[in-house]
Parts: sequence; C-alpha cells; structure tokens
Amino acid sequence: MTTKALDGAPSLAKRPRLREAGIQGFLFLCGALSVLITVGILIVLGKESVSFFTTQQWENSNRPLAQELEAVGASIRVGEGGATLRAGDIIRVRDEIMEVVSVDGQTLTVVRGLQGTEPAAHETDLEIFRSNRVTLGEFLAGTEWNPQIGRFGILPLVTATLMTSTVAMMVALPLGLSIAIYLSEYASSRARSILKPILEILAGIPTVVLGYFALTFMTPLLRSVFGNDTVEIYNTGSAGIVIGILILPLVSSMSEDALSAVPRTLRAAAYALGATRLETAVRVVVPAAFSGLAAAFILATSRAIGETMIVAIAAGAGPALTANPFQAAETMTGHIVRISGGDLSYDSIDYNSLFAIGLVLFFMTLFLNIISQRVVRRFREVYE
Amino acid sequence: MNEINPFEGNTRRRRRQGIAWRFVFQASTIVGIIVLTALLYNVINESFGLAALELEIDPASLAVDGVALEELSQEQLAQIFQANVSAGLYRRYATEKPFTERTREEVYDLVQERVIRPQLVKTWTLFETLFERDAIEAELAEKYPGARLQFFSWLNPEFVQRPQSSDPLRAGVRTAILGSLWVIAITVIFAFPIATGAAIYLEEYAPETRLTRLIQTNINSLAGVPSIIYGILGLAIFVRFMQPITSGAVFGLVDDPTTANGRTIIAAGLTLGLLIMPIIIINAQEAIKAVPNSLRNASYGLGATQWETIWSHVLPNSIAGILTGTILAVSRAVGETAPLVVIGASTFITFDPDGPFSKFTTLPIQIFQWTSRPQAEFRNIAAAAIIALLLLLLALNAAAVLLRNRYSHRY
Repeated sequence: MTTKALDGAPSLAKRPRLREAGIQGFLFLCGALSVLITVGILIVLGKESVSFFTTQQWENSNRPLAQELEAVGASIRVGEGGATLRAGDIIRVRDEIMEVVSVDGQTLTVVRGLQGTEPAAHETDLEIFRSNRVTLGEFLAGTEWNPQIGRFGILPLVTATLMTSTVAMMVALPLGLSIAIYLSEYASSRARSILKPILEILAGIPTVVLGYFALTFMTPLLRSVFGNDTVEIYNTGSAGIVIGILILPLVSSMSEDALSAVPRTLRAAAYALGATRLETAVRVVVPAAFSGLAAAFILATSRAIGETMIVAIAAGAGPALTANPFQAAETMTGHIVRISGGDLSYDSIDYNSLFAIGLVLFFMTLFLNIISQRVVRRFREVYE
Repeated sequence: MNEINPFEGNTRRRRRQGIAWRFVFQASTIVGIIVLTALLYNVINESFGLAALELEIDPASLAVDGVALEELSQEQLAQIFQANVSAGLYRRYATEKPFTERTREEVYDLVQERVIRPQLVKTWTLFETLFERDAIEAELAEKYPGARLQFFSWLNPEFVQRPQSSDPLRAGVRTAILGSLWVIAITVIFAFPIATGAAIYLEEYAPETRLTRLIQTNINSLAGVPSIIYGILGLAIFVRFMQPITSGAVFGLVDDPTTANGRTIIAAGLTLGLLIMPIIIINAQEAIKAVPNSLRNASYGLGATQWETIWSHVLPNSIAGILTGTILAVSRAVGETAPLVVIGASTFITFDPDGPFSKFTTLPIQIFQWTSRPQAEFRNIAAAAIIALLLLLLALNAAAVLLRNRYSHRY
C-alpha cells in the first residue's frame, strides 16, 4: 500500500485558489450588502423613533413661580391661569427638574432635583416648563398632528394616506383588471405588442410630472365637473386618481402575467362546455389566476401608500382629519416631504417625527409586501 | 307562436353580454392611452403660448438712427445703458466690471434687465393662444392696457443654458441638468459594480442555504420599499452620520469645519444608488439566468476555473441584458424626487455644481419647486422643464432599446 503519488505525475488534490476565493468572498459581500441596507433602514428608523418617544419637549405652562423658592422645601406656589398641571407631571424651573406629587389650588407639592439636576433657589416670576413627552398611544390614536403645539397624533396623516390609496385602487383595480383581461383573452398578438409598451410608458413617467398633471389638469377637471365650491384647489381625490393612473400599468401587467399563466386546456374545456368567451374569462380564467391577481392588487396598494410626489404637489399641505376626497389633507409621505424641505435641524422634534412616520410607513408597506408573497404561495393553483 | 328551443336557451342574451363586456374591456385599455395623451397635451399646452409683457421703455424708442436695438454695437448699447439708468447704478456696474471689458451680449442683457425691464403680467396656454385669440386681446386691452403681447416658447435653447433665477423670464435649468448628471454619475459608479457583483454571486456561487434565500427575499422586498424611506435612510446615514466624508471635510475641502454640510451631490448619489441597487440586481439576475448552462460546461471542460468561466463567458453573454436593466433603473433614478427632497437638495442655487462635494439641485427638484409656486408663469417654465426631463428619459430608454436589439442573443 502506498499513498505516495506517482513520480512526475501532477497531484490531483484540490489546490487552494486564493484569487478565486477572494473574488467569491467579495461577490458574497456585494450580495450581503442588501441585507445591510434593510438592517440599516430598521436601525435608523428605530433609533430615531425611540428618541422621538423619549425626548422631553419643554412647553411653557404660562404659570410662573408666584413665590420665591428656596433650595429646600417641597411646596411651590404658581401663578393662576395657563396650562393645567396635574399630579405626575414633570416640570422644569430653569435647570432644575421636578415631579408634581399633588396639586392644591395654586400650591404644588413636588419632588425636587430629579434626573440628575440639583435643587436650587429660584426667584419669583421664573417660567415653569412642563415636559411633554409623546406617548405611543397618543401617537397612534391622537387625532391632531400639529408639532407647533406638541400634538403628534398620526391618525390624520394615516387617514389621508388611506384616502388617496383607496381612490387610487378604485381607479386602478377595475381598469387594470379589464385591461389585463382584454390583453390576455381578447387582443390579437399584434394589438398586444402595440398596447403594452404604451402602458409601460405611463409607468416610466416620473412621479413629479404626474404630480404636475394632477394639479394642472386633473384638479381643474374635477372642479369643472363638481363645481369650484365643492372641490378645493388641493384635494386628495385628484391626487388619488393620478396615483391610480401611475399604478395602472403595474396592476395590468402583473394581472396579465397571471391570466396568461392559466393553461390553455382550461379555456378549451370551458369552450367545449359551450361557454362564451366572456364566461370563460370571468368564470374560469380569473378564478384560476386568483392568487396572481390578488398579489398584484396588494403590491399596487403598497405602491400607492408609498407614493410621494403626487400627493406632495396635489393633495395639499396641512394635516386634516377628513373623509371628503375633495378636501385638502396631508398624507404621511406628503408631510415628510414638506417638513424636510429646507434645512431641518438635527435632533429637533420635527426631525425625529420624520423617522417615526417613516417607520409606520415602512411597516405598512412591508406588511403588504409580505402578505402579497404569502397570498401567491397560499392560493396558488398548480397545473401539471 | 313563439316556441322556445331548449337548445337555444339564453344564448342570445349571453352573446349580447359577451359583446357588451368586450366593449368595456376595450374601452378601459383606451383609457390608458387617453390619459397619456392628456398628459402630453397638458405639458405642451403649458410650454408654449402668448404672454403679456409690461415694459418700462419701448425698445423701439431706444433705436439709434433707425437701427434696431438688437443690431446695435457694444459701445452704443453701453451708451444707452448709461443714459437710461441712474448714475449710482451705472457706477456700481462699472466698478464690478468696466463696460469696455464686457461683451456685446452681456451689455445687451443688462439693457434688457435694467432699462427695458420686462415684467410678465399674464400668460396664456397654447390652446387659448390658437383658438381664443380674440378673447385674449380683449382681456389685454381691458386689464393691461400698457402691456404688449408676445409669443413664448418657454422651452428654448437659452432656457437650457441659463442658470436658475427667481424671475421666470430669465430662469433656466442648466444648474439642474448639471446637478442631475452629477448625481446620476455617482449613482451608477456606486450601484452598478456592487449590484452586478451581487447578481453574479446569487446566480453563480450561492449555495442553496437559508442565508441565500434570506438575501434573495430581502432583495425582492427592498425593491418594494417606498423611495422616500431611502431618503430618510440617506438623511440619517450619508448626510448626518457620514457628514465629514460627504461634505468633503476629511479631504480638506471645507475651510471651516463648522459649516460642513452633508447635503451634497455625493450623499444624493449614494442614496439613489441604494434605491436602484435591488432593481439592477433583479434585472442582472434575469440576464445571467438566460445564459445557457452548456456554455459554462464547455468552459469548465476546457479547464477554466469558475471565475474564468464567469468573466470570459457568462458576463460577455449577459452584459447587454445587465446594461439594459441598469439603464432602465437609472432612468428611474433620474426622475426620482422624493428622496432628494428629504436629504435636502438645495432648492435655489445659481452656480454650477463643481464636484461631488458641491451643493446641488436636480431637474425633478426644480420642477417640483416651480410647480409648488402659486404664480401661473412658473407653471409654464415647470412644463418646459418637464419636456426637458422627458426628452432626457426618452434618450435613456432609446439607448436601452438599441442596446437590447444590438447585442441580444438567443440560444
């Protein structure tokens, strides 16, 4: 028995190839970068959102000290009027932070020198600031978004987003499905080769151009139909319709792919039973392609929610809680664009709120994207 | 007697239904085309048309010896300028740059700007210009008696060459076009190699593991993340966290470190790079998948290593597809506005960008800016800028189609 290789013959053992391994490692890093991007998005959005919820915002209570305050003692007198101070409120006088324990008329009982501050003497008429921290409940359920007075309820922004997306889907869903059925079941291949690229041009138009179209064409059109008094210059309806136009090619081309994937044998069977072309399309082909169609609609909804420039131009500035599509309302994306335009200073509440809104938006779209992938897997009909 | 044939049943009604719905389906398809036409009509309608100008001085009255203002020499124009503006203003311009050193065009522009001082009072669309000429003239005579009517093509060679200005008559998009080109260049340099590398890894090397599946799903999900989220990411990472690098401070390009600002071309380019990377990866994967395995096996059979096979056979055979996908992704980046607004593109700069660490504005930002203004005349120049943007995109897409037709192989 010998393990020695024959003299003069080349070794057949695998040789290490440094260059090959290096290249493979580098290419792996390129692929892994995509994961890093996602992690980056989550970290950035998460971190800044956390500071949005934890940063203390000091708000003038308009109730200055009514009496000089010694460095010791737990009772302070404050002025009349101004904001209501309650037990549990965190207040600040100059540099000292205190917590209100109980309130009796104009006299507050407080715990002095909190959060690492030292109790100190304060003279009369010093302003008392109240801490205004945004709670998660307030953020998700509040009905007013007005950073100037410390109101951060995201509902008006979310409802405006849902409004534009609903209008968009009401336009894109029936039209997109009809186009898909026409292209896959009726159109000749020649007609298809002309119509499909035209629809794809619509998808390639920059959204800022569509925003211009919404403001200078769709809004005047709506106003001339429904009257200038009903329709405001900026309104969610016209933005929604144009978003619908934007996602129309996405819906129609994804739906058409789903419809064309249904095997010919199914259609042939339907015809053999005497079904008309319409009955075949609506009763056989569409149900068979259901998973693909549903995925297309969900993905399109996610696009509509994330759409920015059209709403930033045409839907109006200023959050408003309204169910009227002819009124102006600011969506989440529109608000992000408006407050980040210009020099936004870091660590301001506006800067942090941007990330909190972004996080909500990210989860909404991510959720829809995952659902869409699930639907395809769950409801897919497999033929042969 | 109307006898019902059991085999006829409701065939007729079903047929009629079929025809009616067919008509509905066809009509929906036509809606798409109508919308596209309406969009183009709308933009063109706003880019050309009559405008009413109010002039301080009638240029005809400035003619010297019957020679019109446009044909006067440099010296004559300088004299006219001196004669018509205050002595203080003239001195200011003379100290800025002596009149003898100014070219004829510069002096002519000065005369236009300071002596004739045209002011836009009202603009009309192309449709109104062509079909409601009488109404326009009636309105002009009634409301703006001193104004003169002039036909404007808002998109003109000077519009493309002039820098930005707050006066719609002298505003242009040169700064914006240059800004767009700079940003796109950075985007491509950053995204193309990495995205192609990722696609090669996923198609040629990646083993069937959970990690690979995670990367693949992740790329698909990233393609669906709204672009504004990338803007927020860019704002936090490139503009703020990497400020010393993106502002050029570490390279000694900023004189005063306290004024360092990360809102630069390079930050924008990197942000858009992240945005289009998933799109390029997905397209490149399709292109690499289309290369038949027989080619790879032949290469291995001749003793090539895996990388040699990829470099000399897979890539040359898929590069057309990869480039086409890249160009399409780039044309998306060219029209992208929201992320750039978030990372803080300057809305008003009049100087050309001079490098990756320069402040910038881009064509879509410019359009957004002008569209948001209430004055109607800014709508006109926004429309002109839109045509410029659409032409740029058309050129990119045409390049993609040509590339695909020229190099596409079928196996």
